[in-house]
Amino acid sequence: MTNHWIDIKNSDCILIMGSNAAENHPISFKWVLRAQEKGAKVIHVDPRFTRTSSKADFYTALRSGTDIAFLGGMIKYILDNNKFFKEYVENYTNAAFIVGDKYSFSDGLFAGYDPSKRKYDKSSWALKKDENGVYVKDPTFQNPRCVINMLKEHYSRYNLEKVSAITGTPTADLQAVYEMYCATGVKDKAGTIMYALGWTQHTVGVQNIRTMSMIQLLLGNIGIAGGGVNALRGEPNVQGSTDHAILTHLLPGYLNAPQASQTTLKEYVEKLGPKYADPRSANWKQNYPKYAVSLLKAWYGDAATKDNDFCYSWLPKADEGQDSTLLTMIDNMYEGTVKGFTVIGQNPACSLPNSSKVRQAMTNLDWHVHINIFDNETASFWKGPGLDPKKVKTEVFLLPAAASMEKEGSMTNSGRWVQWKYKAANPPGDALSVGDIIYRLMAKVKELYKKEGGAFPDPILNLKWDYADSKGAFDPLAVAKQINGYFLQDVTVADKTYKKGECVPSFALLQDDGRTSSGCWIYAGSFTQDGTNQMARRKKEDPTGLGLYPQWSWCWPVNRRIIYNRASVDPSGQPYNPKRPLLAWVDGKWVGDVPDGPWPPMADAEKGKYPFIMKAEGVASLYGPGLAEGPFPEHYEPLEGPLPKNPMGAQMSNPAIKIFARECDKFAGCDPRFPFVCTTYSSTEHWCTGAITRWQTWLVEAQPQAYVEMSQELAKMKNINNGDKVIVESARGKVEVVAMVTTRFRPFTCGDQVVHQVGMTYNYGWLFPTDCGDSANILTPTVGDANTMTPEYKAFMVNVRKA
Amino acid sequence: MAEGKSILVDTSKCTACRGCQVACKQWNGLPGTKTKQVGTYQNPQDISTDTWKLVRFAEGVKADGKPYWYFFAEQCRHCVSPPCMLQSTVKDAITQDDATGAVIFTETTAKLNHKDILEACPYRVPRQDAKTKVMRKCTMCFDRITNDMPPACVKSCPTGAMIFGGRSEILDKAAKRVAELKTTYPLAKAIDPDDVRVVFIVVDDPKKYYEFAAA
Repeated sequence: MTNHWIDIKNSDCILIMGSNAAENHPISFKWVLRAQEKGAKVIHVDPRFTRTSSKADFYTALRSGTDIAFLGGMIKYILDNNKFFKEYVENYTNAAFIVGDKYSFSDGLFAGYDPSKRKYDKSSWALKKDENGVYVKDPTFQNPRCVINMLKEHYSRYNLEKVSAITGTPTADLQAVYEMYCATGVKDKAGTIMYALGWTQHTVGVQNIRTMSMIQLLLGNIGIAGGGVNALRGEPNVQGSTDHAILTHLLPGYLNAPQASQTTLKEYVEKLGPKYADPRSANWKQNYPKYAVSLLKAWYGDAATKDNDFCYSWLPKADEGQDSTLLTMIDNMYEGTVKGFTVIGQNPACSLPNSSKVRQAMTNLDWHVHINIFDNETASFWKGPGLDPKKVKTEVFLLPAAASMEKEGSMTNSGRWVQWKYKAANPPGDALSVGDIIYRLMAKVKELYKKEGGAFPDPILNLKWDYADSKGAFDPLAVAKQINGYFLQDVTVADKTYKKGECVPSFALLQDDGRTSSGCWIYAGSFTQDGTNQMARRKKEDPTGLGLYPQWSWCWPVNRRIIYNRASVDPSGQPYNPKRPLLAWVDGKWVGDVPDGPWPPMADAEKGKYPFIMKAEGVASLYGPGLAEGPFPEHYEPLEGPLPKNPMGAQMSNPAIKIFARECDKFAGCDPRFPFVCTTYSSTEHWCTGAITRWQTWLVEAQPQAYVEMSQELAKMKNINNGDKVIVESARGKVEVVAMVTTRFRPFTCGDQVVHQVGMTYNYGWLFPTDCGDSANILTPTVGDANTMTPEYKAFMVNVRKA
Repeated sequence: MAEGKSILVDTSKCTACRGCQVACKQWNGLPGTKTKQVGTYQNPQDISTDTWKLVRFAEGVKADGKPYWYFFAEQCRHCVSPPCMLQSTVKDAITQDDATGAVIFTETTAKLNHKDILEACPYRVPRQDAKTKVMRKCTMCFDRITNDMPPACVKSCPTGAMIFGGRSEILDKAAKRVAELKTTYPLAKAIDPDDVRVVFIVVDDPKKYYEFAAA
């Protein structure tokens, strides 16, 4: 989230799209309903009428996988009707930048596409720079190649009729949503977007979110109270796991993972922090070398010195173009090249797409270490449906783990608030916290390397691994402090001296010469200089009245509760919305939230800075030449869709996605055998694959068995009654579930085609309860977003028939 | 009798998360019963001696052609003058607490005729254990409210759809909320506020929520 949960109450218009917030983030609705009580409008756009829709002021449906068309139409509406916040767009975005001569767009493809590689040459999309490398601008917007004019041209094709033919949303409903939401494009109104997996889990997932980010920029809704782009994260600490680099392309704090071509620290850090010649841009990423060196000091301690490149050479490097994401990892396992598999707190045999492939792939493993609080379909895959335990060679080790309330530590919520929590009870039996398991495991590996040696022992023997308390048990506070970082020598900055051994109270003090350490730079400041744990704070003062609660827990970065907040003020530093001032420049200093940097506001010709400090050029990107499939989001059909052609152009699906070509990965778009759109989701009563909740009798009582929701029209057509057992089948497999016939699903009219859609939860699996039904992911396709490889769970094709 | 306690259930703020349904079972030590998916989110299908709080789901299509989905977190209404108690033929089988107004079924309800008690109840709440013949239902979490704690269902509610407090305070809040809702939902009303301690606010005809939502 750019903002945070409580801030939802400050909104004037809440668009919930790509999310079923009431069911999957129940607490969020405390704040949604509070805003609604004060007069805010709540809009829900979703293929299915859900518990979220039941509370919305306005609900409309769209066919799964058509969000870019829906939102592209909104961009057209904003530009055609001058609904954009002109001063914000002019000053705080790249609207005035000039698109380079090589850029073009024709019939679904941007310039620079290489069909043999399914890749674009992104240099074709470059914006024009002057001789100093600074972007050329035309603040008058007269130049036809200005971003704002190119934007207008690109989305001119997204008229109501075309959008409706794609989405299946009636034009009157499109118009109604556009009008309600775009009324926030004025100074004193805030609109927010709440989205979740309904946007990310598509082959165009990143571009879904980017389209909305562009709308938020056009309406001046980013950086303000009640606004922002807000990803609702579904696990209490999933934000923390992302911050600490659970993704394969990252190191902690969103530093890029090193590539094989970057053989020295210098080559690596040069790629991290871009240079930009405009002195009015803070270009914060130019500080990244400090964070990379401080990270190496956190990992390798005294062994990391300036002379040995701070042990940079010890870091694993990815090969050029290497993809280590889940779908490819499973594919490698299926092929037999992955021999060992450690799974912590996950259930990939039910959670990953094309579950039958995943389960088959696991039979190729020599060993599988499974760390969890309960048994699940992954730990017990060897005795699952269709597998003969006698023929599965894999040795499985199930390590019992402590549940969240059985361990101390931090949890980082969607709003980036890092909250320290304490242990409520000891874990049962031999169960240990995951931290403890990992700590002991690595300590043992180090011991074995010391005793027996081995290939490339240096990174293992020299790994700083002193996170045990006086009794030898894992100490979460010691890890948290290392994540925050220390001064390793006395350091003097701006006449203030910080002593060796003290905690680094802000990432602004981290150094690139080895005098500081930090395991994750964005967490620097979670402890004060004297070692006080800021994450444990529980004070309820709220000086701004906006619900920022600056002394409740701690939030990254530097306790800034709403990021990009310099965009909430005009260039002279005065709040655009005097009713909800988030920040103001008063008597030469900032008052309110922690500002995005200390510099004066932008109008100060000498020291003022642009507001979007994490962009090299200091402004936000309406035109974004960095993503895999193009600088402007374009509607592409899902890999499996119902239409014979993409109404927007000749290119059917995202041209930059990776295609898995095995027999078990087969897909079937617009195929009479699989005529209905299917989507998958979760419910309030179960969590993800149900691996935790299916053991809980009160929850199983409330949602006992797998079901497929469908319209009355479809049920009639297929002669299915409510409560009947039905088979749902895709090109990859089939499951038997209970039919739920409902008025909450309706057929879509897409042009002259009627499209039926059904939906299933992925909350079930064969293990327990034994009559609950197997995973909906037996049906889902092996395909991911072109940038992130997040699987397309949300839109694929099935058939439904009576069992 | 003192003014006693009341619970407000504002269905316009209920997201049917069923936290109340589960919290009731947890606090009162009630088992999860064996259920089947029969084509609805509502489960168990009905209240029972093991299920005292149940979120009922009702769906349909509104006049404008859009769907509706109403949620009714049903429980004993703890009537001000409980018809079940009047119907009772055994002394103290059904009692009403003077301080709180909670209507309590005791073990001697086993001696009562279940059909009579059930039919006396305008909301059809009392349920009988098949073996012991004892009747059971919501106690307003009597053990909690007499120890300065809100009922478990109210405590668990994430949206503030349920509030617990003194009866006059709750009735004031109900009246105020209904007035607010009426600007958007002309049919908004509190159900039988003069007669019950568990006051439901609905935004449409109570029958659309549940057959026995109103007396």
